[in-house]
Amino acid sequence: MFRSIGGLALALLVAPAAWADQVTTFSLPNGMQAVVIEDHRAPVVTHMVWYRAGSADEKRGKSGIAHFLEHLMFKGTKTLAPGAFSKTVEAFGGYDNAFTSNDQTAYFQRLAADRLDVVMKMEADRMRNLILSEEDVTTEREVILEERAQRIDSSPEALFGEQMDAAQYLNHPYGTPTIGWRSEMEQLSRQDALDWYQLYYAPNNATLIVAGDVDPAKVKAMAETWYGPLKPSEGIVDRIRPQEPPQLAERRLSFSDPNISQPYVARSYLAPERNRGAQEQAAALSFLAALLGGNPQTSLLSRALVFDQKIAIAAGAAYDGTSLDPTTFTVYVAPAPGVKLADAEAALDKVIADLLENGVDKAQFDRLKTQLRADLIYRKDNVGDLAEDYGSALTTGLTIEDVQAWPDVLQAVTEEDVIKAARAVLDRRHAVTGWATTTGSEEVMQ
Amino acid sequence: MIRFVLAAVIGLLASPIWAEVKIAEVTSPGGIKAWLVEEHGIPFTALEIRFRGGTSLDAPGKRGATMLMASLLEEGAGNLDSQSFAEARDDLAAKLSFDANADMVTVSAQMLTENRDAAVALLRQALIDPTFDQDAIDRVRGQILSIIDNRATDPSDIASETFAALTYGDHPYGSSELGTKVSVNSLTRDDIFAAKAATMARDRLYVSAVGDISPADLGVLLDTLLGDLPATGAPLPPPVEASFTGGTTVVDFDTPQSAIQFGQPGLKLSDPDYYAAFVLNQIIGGSGFTARLMDEVREKRGLTYGVSSDLVTMDLAESWTGGLASSNDKAAEAIKVIRQLWSDVAANGVTQAELDAAKTYMTGSYPLRFDGNGTIAGILVGMQMESFPVDYPAKRNSLIEAVTLADVNRVARERMQADKLTFVVVGKPEAVTTSP
Repeated sequence: MFRSIGGLALALLVAPAAWADQVTTFSLPNGMQAVVIEDHRAPVVTHMVWYRAGSADEKRGKSGIAHFLEHLMFKGTKTLAPGAFSKTVEAFGGYDNAFTSNDQTAYFQRLAADRLDVVMKMEADRMRNLILSEEDVTTEREVILEERAQRIDSSPEALFGEQMDAAQYLNHPYGTPTIGWRSEMEQLSRQDALDWYQLYYAPNNATLIVAGDVDPAKVKAMAETWYGPLKPSEGIVDRIRPQEPPQLAERRLSFSDPNISQPYVARSYLAPERNRGAQEQAAALSFLAALLGGNPQTSLLSRALVFDQKIAIAAGAAYDGTSLDPTTFTVYVAPAPGVKLADAEAALDKVIADLLENGVDKAQFDRLKTQLRADLIYRKDNVGDLAEDYGSALTTGLTIEDVQAWPDVLQAVTEEDVIKAARAVLDRRHAVTGWATTTGSEEVMQ
Repeated sequence: MIRFVLAAVIGLLASPIWAEVKIAEVTSPGGIKAWLVEEHGIPFTALEIRFRGGTSLDAPGKRGATMLMASLLEEGAGNLDSQSFAEARDDLAAKLSFDANADMVTVSAQMLTENRDAAVALLRQALIDPTFDQDAIDRVRGQILSIIDNRATDPSDIASETFAALTYGDHPYGSSELGTKVSVNSLTRDDIFAAKAATMARDRLYVSAVGDISPADLGVLLDTLLGDLPATGAPLPPPVEASFTGGTTVVDFDTPQSAIQFGQPGLKLSDPDYYAAFVLNQIIGGSGFTARLMDEVREKRGLTYGVSSDLVTMDLAESWTGGLASSNDKAAEAIKVIRQLWSDVAANGVTQAELDAAKTYMTGSYPLRFDGNGTIAGILVGMQMESFPVDYPAKRNSLIEAVTLADVNRVARERMQADKLTFVVVGKPEAVTTSP
């Protein structure tokens, strides 16, 4: 089976968390939270520090600063020369990297378990002691602009995705791309980076995740040694962001680019996210995405549009509820040659209407639950994924209890819950619908 | 993500695994061989199956047949149509995937212990008795045609395809394994059956298993799953000499950032200098910030988000290639810096400190590749395809350790050919023109 559209992820049911007996948690007096996930099959460890600071926490006009600072964190500290962090990790045969998203920035290293102490020392060092030269900042700004050119500006699908998000979020910062708008990225300064760093990079704004061949008691002692002495930041306030006003009108976009070879219809609906102690609706939406557009052979959209009516090359749905603020539920359809976008969209809406009217197919629903149970087994094979489950949840307002309850919350979802969630979310008045076409072959949008 | 993720570092050396892993060689009652690592901690088994030859066995005029065939293996088998097959797979919570590339058809499976026999029976149908329904052929063909169109508007895909055509000409390595729109449109159901018969036979079969299975059970599984495959397939194509002119080819394409590929002649895995070159490449173009290319092109000058190089060893040819993307107004400088770096290393070599750091990294990262059942199974099957011995993991680091500064600098002098370093640039690069 092929996926024809690079930029659009198909739905997946968010996989469950680790067995609780594999996981130990603790906190340091300075506010740093820690999770240790044991896997003793190989002498390897993944060390991650997640900061509750993402692009949606940026001030207006400074888009991209969260990601820019992430790059600059690989420069030096008072005791470590620029580039020495990675050089040290590589000298141990390890791998290190980092990533930034709407709600968090995370740094990680994967290396031999007996080197944990060394990377923890360095990670603690750069949490509070970063040094930035004007020259480092100037060159690295060119790098992030090249990154934007590569990931976004060279990809019409990515550019269209930015426009869709911007249209979906009128007021909430999720409408601003994590990498930043080019015009604002060009203006980001050393002082902007340092302001961001000094406010957010502190133990009381960080979560430590250690996964692999480690003893939790020793990890705790190590964390007390290296992270324990760090001073908390005093300026961290609750992450209360501007929220969306009620959406009263459907929003429609028409986008064309000479390099879009396969036209498609994309739609996003504003959707609730997983919340502390209240993950039921997000769980139901995870099933909805899988039923509607998860499996390329058996999901409702594929069956109807690709197999039965043969009017689409591909169709799918996606939802990820791990988000601090309301997220999106997305669907797409890529029409077969000769099929108009308007007809593809109408067929998509018909599938949704039929689902709301007819309810959930029991056999398909049971199949998803079987797969979820199996995922509890398969997932034990990859503690890296488990580490990410915890890291992303704990930086989006969820607790360790929420993460550990998630598999049970998923199993408890009923067919009625799915339909109820679908009715609440799949309303075009709360949606953005976009048509992407090849320049010169645009269709008139209704 | 701060770092450029490297595409193809592994696969070349068949990624040796953690030295302590105990690999057993298993031969089934029917004579099918496999490598096995028993790992009973988690109740599932990962299986990796390879058929040597892959899309390079496409018959004349049938380019794309093997890829379409591999994509259809999950689209109906025995008395199951595409959707029934998917439902049966999901009822078992088995993970099955099928793919092809220039050198092989690949099959990956992960199966729970609790229903392994049923999962094997299902996979067997896909491998032995796929139906290749016309309906499925037409549907998947449509998807492949859409991807072909998509690649034609993607700067980095255009760069790869242009580079392959310049390097390998009419050999299968010189064209996209997806085929062209014309060739894919012309494929018939018979062509798909012919592609399967050519590529999926026991005389080119490699298997590994990692997980919750005993050698005896694996033996039975192998015969059940694979015993009814045909004994022989089509003869493998001959090796091809890669051609590098040292010139620059610009493909005009309206995009803000140029996609750039570069390359020169490579080394065979069997070349006595292979390991020295392997370490040398790590120093020049390896992953991470510390490699020369990354340092000169990104860290010092901000000309790209990421750049790397690889020693590429395929079954029928080898090359030493790299790639990057750089804004149209910077591409000329990026190319100049890379050409200079290539000449400089060839003339002046690298330092002892660089060699030491590369060796420490390469030997230290070795155990970290032990990364789950599926990954290890993939590594084991790759080792078999490279004809590595079963004890290769225990020896591999000593091959790296044995490389001296004199070796590396001699190989740099003898094998880095700045005058053969050939560039393809797709975009509207300023001050870069096509030159032979």
